[in-house]
Amino acid sequence: MDAIEARGAKDLTIQTAVRGDRAGEATLAELQPKLRIRNLNFYYGGFQALKNVTMDVPEHRVTAFIGPSGCGKSTLLRTLNRMYSLYPEQRAEGEILIDGENLITTKRDVSLIRARIGMVFQKPTPFPMSIYDNIAFGVRLFERLTRRDMDERVEAALTQAALWGEVKDKLGQSGQSLSGGQQQRLCIARGIAIKPEVLLLDEPCSALDPISTAKVEELIHELKTDYTVIMVTHNMQQAARVSDFTAYMYLGELIEYDATDTIFIKPKKSQTEDYITGRFG
Amino acid sequence: MSVASPTNPLYRSRRRFNLVLLAASAATLAFGLFWLAWILGTLLLEGGGALVRATLYYQMTPPPGADGGLANAIVGSLIMVTVGTLAGTPVGILAGTYLAEYGRGSWFANATRFLNDVLLSAPSIVIGLFVYSVYVAKVKHFSGLAGSFALALLVIPVVVRTTDDMLKLVPGSLREAAAALGCPTWKMVVSVTYRAARTGILTGILLAVARISGETAPLLFTALNNQFWSTALDRPMANLPVVIFQFAMSPYEDWQRLAWGGAALITLAVLALNIVARSLFRKSA
Amino acid sequence: MTNATTMNPSGRPRGIAPAPWKDTAFEWLTRAFALVVFSLLAAIVISLVLGSQLTLEKYGFAFIWSADWDPVQGNFGALVPIYGTVATSLIAMLIGVPVSFGIALFLTELSPAWLKRPLGTAIELLAGIPSIIYGMWGLFVFVPIFQSYLQPWIIDGLSGVPLAGALFEGPPIGIGMFTAGLILSIMVIPFITAVMRDVFELVPPMLKESAYGLGATTWEVVWQVVLPYTRVGVIGGIMLGLGRALGETMAVTFVIGNAHRLAVSLMAPGNSIASALANEFTEAVGDLYFSALIELGLILFLITTVVLALSKLLLMRMARAEGTRT
Repeated sequence: MDAIEARGAKDLTIQTAVRGDRAGEATLAELQPKLRIRNLNFYYGGFQALKNVTMDVPEHRVTAFIGPSGCGKSTLLRTLNRMYSLYPEQRAEGEILIDGENLITTKRDVSLIRARIGMVFQKPTPFPMSIYDNIAFGVRLFERLTRRDMDERVEAALTQAALWGEVKDKLGQSGQSLSGGQQQRLCIARGIAIKPEVLLLDEPCSALDPISTAKVEELIHELKTDYTVIMVTHNMQQAARVSDFTAYMYLGELIEYDATDTIFIKPKKSQTEDYITGRFG
Repeated sequence: MSVASPTNPLYRSRRRFNLVLLAASAATLAFGLFWLAWILGTLLLEGGGALVRATLYYQMTPPPGADGGLANAIVGSLIMVTVGTLAGTPVGILAGTYLAEYGRGSWFANATRFLNDVLLSAPSIVIGLFVYSVYVAKVKHFSGLAGSFALALLVIPVVVRTTDDMLKLVPGSLREAAAALGCPTWKMVVSVTYRAARTGILTGILLAVARISGETAPLLFTALNNQFWSTALDRPMANLPVVIFQFAMSPYEDWQRLAWGGAALITLAVLALNIVARSLFRKSA
Repeated sequence: MTNATTMNPSGRPRGIAPAPWKDTAFEWLTRAFALVVFSLLAAIVISLVLGSQLTLEKYGFAFIWSADWDPVQGNFGALVPIYGTVATSLIAMLIGVPVSFGIALFLTELSPAWLKRPLGTAIELLAGIPSIIYGMWGLFVFVPIFQSYLQPWIIDGLSGVPLAGALFEGPPIGIGMFTAGLILSIMVIPFITAVMRDVFELVPPMLKESAYGLGATTWEVVWQVVLPYTRVGVIGGIMLGLGRALGETMAVTFVIGNAHRLAVSLMAPGNSIASALANEFTEAVGDLYFSALIELGLILFLITTVVLALSKLLLMRMARAEGTRT
């Protein structure tokens, strides 16, 4: 059952929203993990925001983090590309292993890590430059391309982000001149132009209207062929529509982590079930 | 990803460039602090000796070649700063009150605010010239009053700006609470809003005082100077900045030493006022 | 504030009789003083125009490009002071803007949190030091050292160089336009730094994180994202510094040399409008001399008003875009 058709259905219960084409998919244990998180603890000053999180994020799948406000899902996402390093009062302990290397303790320059792990934020954040330069910005940091190669890269990124058709004639215009939904797709294009291995999406549709949201969700589904996608969302239906695996978090702890179908149809923990069925949250 | 490796030459040159520029940024900070330290150090060195001699405070400005003090200049400055502040503050507060309480959105208020901010940074020597043209030239003599007038004109924009800003910060709920009790607007402004913003307004006044205490240019052609003791506002009045100017540019060593003492005195007073004003404001926030 | 127990049956606090005339009177009182402030600028311009009638009539616009200054013969021209004002201010900007940018960068991106406030206060102290102190220190402390050590080195070092050599030639006398410009730059640094720092802090953290997230270095984030984002405010701050530099009197008067001569070299003495006024006004004799000086003041006032108005407009535009007040 196609996600768009599911959305069209009047009754948007979680069950109807769950993607039917996931029947017969591999389980977590069978898949190759891209990121392994082990005993992750995170602190904002004296306050502990993440408690002993352990999970494997599978390659080439969409994994969603869900939970009520303040549960730590965004915090968890932001540890994965060391964004917390910008703020001295934030610190992490534990392991985040990518290809065997621990991101938290690595001696390597953090900007190299960030070039492999892209991020898109809640609100569109186009840089104050042209659409072309927005995409090229990240590429230029690590590669010296000829004009023609860069043009191709920009076009490829915009095409993959389903934006090329709408902006191909106005690449020189400021990124800020686009509509909200277009800006967010621009940010996604910007993130994938550097060919990362992992894409982190922090509530990417929260500032968008429903039509733009639909477009972005389609995009996320297609992106997983090339990237490992991790998405934070406060919209359960969205997680059900878009993701393959879902992690439910509460007050800094990972409560349950399983295939999306399992979480939404037959959750193993009662806490999860309470949240899913809207008893709180 | 193969390009995001530490051996990428583009990456390495970017990193070097970044380090160089960040070092340059630290250097600019050092540059700024260097001058500050040098100037303050000089003041203490050259003027410190004169500052601690009591004669500075009770002897008059001497004729060239003789020793003396700065008593008349200190008193003159105190008088003019006080009169200027007393004259300029009410104008500033009331005008600022209009901008914050009655003038929201009107073109007149916006224009006044704009013009006030331009005046804030206008050259003070032109203010002196203005007072000369409209007052001194008419009465045909320099006077402490003219000097106070010029200082008042410098106080006004500062006080207008801070009053406007501070009154705007008072939450609307406070005003509404007063109005709901049937309080007339004027009483609400005077009793409620002023009281709520009083620390901020006081800070503004202190900053204005600090500013005019160090101003020389506006006094050059208004108060001029007076070698003798005089507290009469209708005659030229001795004041620290002009005395310092005159003594510093002279070839007499005694005079120059007094100039440094006066300079150190003014700077200490101004910096102290600034620090008091800011810590007062921060404590209330 | 009265409390509820003293309310009389009509609901109004007892003791305050209804008196709408008081409200109107108060409002008109405040409006009157606002009107005073409103008209002050115009009043200044008008009085300066009236005061410079004689030279306005005698010379017209030619006053601006005449380099004469002969009180004895009665020939006056504003070119030398205008040149001095503009040249010293430009030098102040050339030195002051990059330094202010560097300090603002440090304060917003590099400084540890506990150091930000003391550093910011220290820089603001520079703004609090009265300008006459800058002048005295400049003349008695800086100039001798500059003259003995730095100046001969600069002059000799640039002596053969085509353009720069001409700008820096002449005997090392210490005072001069370059010295005045340098001291002015130190004076304007705190103003420009404060505005730059304020607008840099308006940049949404998400925008900076987007750039860092792609692997950009701190410098790249500031130069390619923060600066373009705050461009309008930065220019406004620079113009504010320029406005201050143009009008500065005492710091310049001590070290500019008070010479009514037009020279190419920045090492030569010169004059600015403010320093000419400070030095000559009290000794001026004759109506024409006075008129010339007042016209100089008028020119200075007009220049600074235009620059400051532009600065204010730019800063207002930036503030409106961010929804805050400058």
